[in-house]
Amino acid sequence: MIAFLIKRLFHAFLVMFVISVISFAIQDNLGDPIQQMVGQSVPESEREALREELGLNDPFLVQYVRFAKNAMHFDFGYSYFYNQPTTEVILRHLPATLELVAATTLLIVLLSVPIGVYSAIRPRALLARFFMGVSTVGISIPVFLTAIVLIQIFAIGVTFTPFPSETGWGSWLNDLISTDGGMPAYGRGHELTHVFGTWYTNFAGWDSLIYLVLPAVSLASIMLPLFIRLIRAEMLEVLQSEYVKFAKAKGIGMRRIYFLHALKNTMLPVITVGGVQIGTLVAYTILTETVFQWPGMGLMFLDAIERSDIPLIVTYLMVVGLIFVITNTLVDLIYGLVNPTVKLTGKPA
Amino acid sequence: MSNATTTTPPTHWARFRDSYLFYSFKHDWIAQVCFVIFVIMVSAALLAPWLASINPYDLSQVFILDSELPPFWIDGSDAKYPLGTDALGRDMLSTILYGARVSLIIGFGAVILQALIGVTFGLLAGYLGGRVDAFLMRLADIQLSFSTLMVAIIVGAVFKATFGGATYSEHAVLLLVLIIGLAEWPQYARTVRASVLAERSKEYVDAARVMGFRAKRIMFRHILPNTLSPIFVISTVQIANAIISEAALSFLGLGMPETQPSLGSLIKSGFDYLQSGSWWITLLPGAVLVVLVLVINLLGDWLRDVMNPRLYKG
Amino acid sequence: MALLEVSHLDVRFALRQGEVRALRDVSFTLDRGERLGIVGESGAGKSVAAFTILNLIAKPGYIAGGSILFEGRDLTRLKPRALQNIRGNQISMIFQDPMMTLNPVLTVGEQMIECLKAHRRIRSREAREIALNKLRQVYIPSPEKRLDQYPHELSGGMRQRIIIAIALLLDPDIIVADEPTTALDVTIQAEIMSLLLELCEKHNVALILITHDLGVVSQVTQRTLVMYAGRVIEQGPTREIINDAQHPYTQGLINALPQMASPGSRLNQIPGAMPPLAKTPPGCAFHPRCGFSTDAAGQRRRDCREDVPAFVTSGNCHVACHMVRELVERDPVEPGEAS
Repeated sequence: MIAFLIKRLFHAFLVMFVISVISFAIQDNLGDPIQQMVGQSVPESEREALREELGLNDPFLVQYVRFAKNAMHFDFGYSYFYNQPTTEVILRHLPATLELVAATTLLIVLLSVPIGVYSAIRPRALLARFFMGVSTVGISIPVFLTAIVLIQIFAIGVTFTPFPSETGWGSWLNDLISTDGGMPAYGRGHELTHVFGTWYTNFAGWDSLIYLVLPAVSLASIMLPLFIRLIRAEMLEVLQSEYVKFAKAKGIGMRRIYFLHALKNTMLPVITVGGVQIGTLVAYTILTETVFQWPGMGLMFLDAIERSDIPLIVTYLMVVGLIFVITNTLVDLIYGLVNPTVKLTGKPA
Repeated sequence: MSNATTTTPPTHWARFRDSYLFYSFKHDWIAQVCFVIFVIMVSAALLAPWLASINPYDLSQVFILDSELPPFWIDGSDAKYPLGTDALGRDMLSTILYGARVSLIIGFGAVILQALIGVTFGLLAGYLGGRVDAFLMRLADIQLSFSTLMVAIIVGAVFKATFGGATYSEHAVLLLVLIIGLAEWPQYARTVRASVLAERSKEYVDAARVMGFRAKRIMFRHILPNTLSPIFVISTVQIANAIISEAALSFLGLGMPETQPSLGSLIKSGFDYLQSGSWWITLLPGAVLVVLVLVINLLGDWLRDVMNPRLYKG
Repeated sequence: MALLEVSHLDVRFALRQGEVRALRDVSFTLDRGERLGIVGESGAGKSVAAFTILNLIAKPGYIAGGSILFEGRDLTRLKPRALQNIRGNQISMIFQDPMMTLNPVLTVGEQMIECLKAHRRIRSREAREIALNKLRQVYIPSPEKRLDQYPHELSGGMRQRIIIAIALLLDPDIIVADEPTTALDVTIQAEIMSLLLELCEKHNVALILITHDLGVVSQVTQRTLVMYAGRVIEQGPTREIINDAQHPYTQGLINALPQMASPGSRLNQIPGAMPPLAKTPPGCAFHPRCGFSTDAAGQRRRDCREDVPAFVTSGNCHVACHMVRELVERDPVEPGEAS
């Protein structure tokens, strides 16, 4: 257990080191803090003195060590645009993104497991085929397009009039396939509840929760098909295994076979893939937040790129890197705890 | 007569015609439909300059007064613009044709670049092993755990900050190929490495080594041909991914500029007009993008079922 | 009445290329405490027979006809729930490969206790006691420790002992053992086999032993059934079959045993190979490989080529062979004479 943890921590540090070098290289090459601090009118000689004073003329390695030291204290300098410490800016935007990710993860877990398992248990059923078809289409729709379509349907509303609306049944059918819209689609709303620090939550009441619906559904729509297909494929394979046959031969009930014997073995590879997909999920938050003007880190990052706010970009990279490393380590740890064939001493199988 | 037929080697066409690949294609109507749609879309996109009624890059052909006209099935449409016009008055059909062309060029270009980098690294890692293998695979791991889209966004952001918005827009096609190519090589590298490891232990490679062939020759003449079918299968999926990645980058403003739109930047520019009711400006290019990606994905599914290669899982 | 009475069993697999008949007209009986061997080459339908007895044939396979009477109830017609109550309880099964049979993510104890709980209203503590007791019966060292271990922590031989313990958990009437030692090290095979024999004798459990090893059959079973291409071709008391096989195929199998060849000489193998089930020849399925299916002129006999041979009784054995029928009709062997 200890050895496993040390190995994982070492790996985590390695990854963070790579990310910090990349981040620093970006900052070193792109950010000119002098320009930001003093503006155009200051003569070159004065700038040079300032550079010397700030240590910007030191060798790369010395500067990197200084950067890394500051990074350890979560000090990445000031955002050009906000004129505040970048970590403060990030902390202000972090809760919105985390809540969106949490809601999405909840949707994915709640939907992918039952649908995937059902499609594996009854692979020939009409409903299972329907789910598989929808998944294939779902994988092919970019997340921002799903978001736009959802906005059109549920926030703006669509009116279809293929049936004669003069007749009673015609207008009834037209109403049936048309929508009124009205769902909130932009931002987090004004009904946020303060939890602590910079954390305001959308989860505290219906008035704010409804703002989460469209963004979370959009974000889930891209990951859900992937997990449904994965769970179905793994479950189908497990159901063919000798130990499932043996469980049947023991006279165990099918429910226990499906949901204990098979599901436990199915979920092992799913956990690993889930860990890898966390990165993808964070990447997709940038797209989702852009469409829905969700004031999270993704939107902030995109604005920072637009404004060439280098310190904020670098901080975002470091924070996102840290989130990945922590979640990946946690996922590995969970995998090691759930899978008895992995002894938490060496490399997981 | 029979003698002649047995001695002449079968032509490529005959070999293809008798292959299992072609047999299963003939018996799979989904694959056929997808293939036909794919061919139509690709040729329409490539022939855009001849098919389109206007050149959307040429502002002299655009009439701003004709802006936001709906497609033909909605009242108020203009017969000149079967799919309506966008906010600048450009014909939607023409912009979509040109946009699809840009998307496809970037998609194919990025996949070729990915394949070049990935196959080379994969061969090196698998064949040389040791430190090279450890380094390349660790790099691939880190990159994949960040997700390819994230890497593409970051690289795009860095490029944009380095070159400035104007230069970036000017060379957007090349830069996007570079960005997506750099972001997605690990897929190839892992798959190729896995097949190399499997092939390397086989006897014919030992035989080649015993006969004194050099490493490079063994890799490219002996191992690479045996890894072709998984490369082929992931390439289809990767083209679909590259097209989606390009669209995503463009949608974020890190891709094609509005003056030279891809499907992604068409969706982005139309998104602002969604609220005003002009849904077609964003949703029509969106629909084209989805159909294009869907048929490629379905063809990829079919290929994977038929060729059933050893693919990297996870 | 026999404990188990299988008659005219017909099992088919509906594959995309067409229907494959895995079992044809298979009939046999099993008495309480009796040990029956089912012998044949791989692909002869032995394993299908084993799974069919518990009605465990999975799609695309299905039982197309025949009946399996167990204590007077037809297992082919029982509802899933009733079948479930018989499986693992009155009829239990031992699988071929102990490395694959136990669920890797559940402890040995969980997999034993769930079986007890599926069939009896029982407290966990009691179930644990029974499980421990059974582990002792199969001579597993420090059984308390094993209950909390996962399968991967145990050796193949140990796992097969645990599987035998699971099969015995509910004191079944019948154990169906499908090649229970094939996947094990040669050194452990004999141990496991004698353990199985000992336990079956001690608890008066009937055993259906499926194997390709005639040596094992002769040591363990009282009666033997020889299968070829999905059919039973000969059955009778094991000793009679080993000593005086009637069917040319059985004779071939016995002659192919290493102990039948003189040291240093080649083994006497049967020419050719058993056809895959989808390509079973008409008539007697064995005739293309059979040395007796040719007549004096060197031509294949018409009846061997075209007619499926019916069973004839020769001594205490039943044999499906045209040649044997002719011999018996000419010179009847009275039951009991051969032994």
